[in-house]
Amino acid sequence: MELTLSIAVGVMFGAGVWLILRPRTFQLITGLLLMSYAVNLFIFAMGRLWVAQPPITPTPAVDPALFADPVPQGLVLTAIVIGFATTALYLVMIIGARGLTGSDHVDGEEPRE
Amino acid sequence: MSALPWMQHLIVVPVLLPLLVGALLIPVAQNRHGFKFAASAVSGVLLWLLSLALLGMADGGHWPDGIGVYLASNWAAPFGIALMVDRLSALMLVLTSTIALAALVFGARRWDRVGVHFHSLFQFLLMGLNGAFLTNDLFNLFVFFEVMLAASYGLVLHGYNLRRIQAGMQYVAVNLVASLLFLIGVSLIYGATGTLNIADLTLRVAALGPQDTYLLRIGASVLALAFLTKGAMWPLGFWLPTTYAAASPPVAAMLVLMTKVGVYALLRVWLAVFGDAAGELEGFGLAALSVGGMATLLFGAVGMLASQDGGRMAGYGAIISSGTLLAVLGHSGSAVLASGLYYLIGSTLAMAAFMLLIELTERIRPPGAALLAITMEAFAIEDKPEDPVGVGIPGTLAFLGLSFVACALVISGMPPLSGFVAKFSLFHALLAMPGRVPPATWLLIALMLLAGLAAIIALMRLGVRTFWASGAVTPPRLQISEVLPVGGLVALCVALTLQAGAVFDYLSRTVDGLARSGSYTERVLGEPPVMRPAGGEVAR
Repeated sequence: MELTLSIAVGVMFGAGVWLILRPRTFQLITGLLLMSYAVNLFIFAMGRLWVAQPPITPTPAVDPALFADPVPQGLVLTAIVIGFATTALYLVMIIGARGLTGSDHVDGEEPRE
Repeated sequence: MSALPWMQHLIVVPVLLPLLVGALLIPVAQNRHGFKFAASAVSGVLLWLLSLALLGMADGGHWPDGIGVYLASNWAAPFGIALMVDRLSALMLVLTSTIALAALVFGARRWDRVGVHFHSLFQFLLMGLNGAFLTNDLFNLFVFFEVMLAASYGLVLHGYNLRRIQAGMQYVAVNLVASLLFLIGVSLIYGATGTLNIADLTLRVAALGPQDTYLLRIGASVLALAFLTKGAMWPLGFWLPTTYAAASPPVAAMLVLMTKVGVYALLRVWLAVFGDAAGELEGFGLAALSVGGMATLLFGAVGMLASQDGGRMAGYGAIISSGTLLAVLGHSGSAVLASGLYYLIGSTLAMAAFMLLIELTERIRPPGAALLAITMEAFAIEDKPEDPVGVGIPGTLAFLGLSFVACALVISGMPPLSGFVAKFSLFHALLAMPGRVPPATWLLIALMLLAGLAAIIALMRLGVRTFWASGAVTPPRLQISEVLPVGGLVALCVALTLQAGAVFDYLSRTVDGLARSGSYTERVLGEPPVMRPAGGEVAR
């Protein structure tokens, strides 16, 4: 499972990096999205990988080693919300830029040949 | 000062007040400019008074060791989020609220009307800044950074025109990637140490095994990349000059402050985590910071010479100021920190004044008016802001010229203003360090002098072109609300020079406090939750 997860994170982040280096705004935002997915998975993995373990115990005095770490789960939730909001904001900007400049190049103008 | 129970809650007010005011202003109709400005200004003044009060409390023995801790929701420290105010964060709060007040007043007659929701966004920006200065939790720092950045995206685009959109696209994209790096860094640090509370980190770092130490090093380096992108270290700061030049003046003044947030966060985390309690990790990465800072200085100096318009020049000025701070911090840790902080205060005030001033001086040359007209058309604003007719204060040219000279003196570090005092004390502290003076120190001093020279040449060229060589000069008409903030900030620079002794006393107490990581962890982790008066359980 560790291998699957790390390959998934690596491939997504790599694809994201490639995409944000491209000149079109759509490629840029897709790259940002892929990278944020990869980062969210990565945060998750930092709580170590657990299968079918509850994060919170109803009764005290149990062995905490049998429970998944709840903190990264909380972190990833916050990160998803914030990432979603900022990406949506950027999407609005991209649409605005498209309308104002008539180009979907990230510089707001087509490169001069 | 007597300790009243409610005074503890003052720590959280700099975050809550702008949040409330900003949120309440959203539903207010866009054409009620007067009301919006009044609400925003009241919040600004209250924040200013509050930050002064917090500074007094931190420095006046109200709390033991000058560190006030506020446990959010009454959760004890490593589990909940602790807000913490010490002399350094109180100082940054005062700086923030001062510049915010100046920017608000400056924008009152014109700039808050070229787009929608200026005051709400401005208040959210203040919330993010204040929160970033107060928090003691890495993930909470991320959240406040995002609040600040989201508001700044809106403000940079405020008064939507082609130039702002082009600059904003790059600014937002760079910062979104930096935020991802921030997350990676934070989660790596959590994975290595199992905590996000900075005070708790201080305790755990020394006891880490070799594998976790390795993870921590990577995590801290990635985190530093995110901070340094905000702080515009070369080669992470290419976005800065374009963005500063494109943003409207009040926003640009606030952006100057935002580069300092990056430096502050770096300082806070590094001194706590890699300070005297870190064992073999003490001083990790400072050499890289020193080299990067020097490269930034050089980049800023060259850029300053190459730039033609005032906005870009100011952007490179901010880069020089960041570079100086980073190089000095990296070079000698906390030894010369007091001088560095003095430099930070002076240069931030002067850069903010300069940002506001540039727009006023550009009125001597008319093309600015055409730009505004296009803006308003693109945004379909119905009620035109009054043209800057105003009362026409006598001697506007003299005022503009004198303010320009004062800013230029501080930015380039020439006597007699605070820039010179700061540089002189930096050199003195660098050369007075024990042992032989290494070549790197000489290089740093040479670079700082070179940057000062570049700044004075560039600013002189701009000044000559603006005031002397622009042909038939018609004195621009200024509003009182535009003169006051610039004059006030310049006056503060002068006051900072006159009161240098008192300020340095305060700063050396600040640095003393920062150097004692033991008392810091004790204060934050030892803060007891408030007991309920009768029955009930305390959250733990």
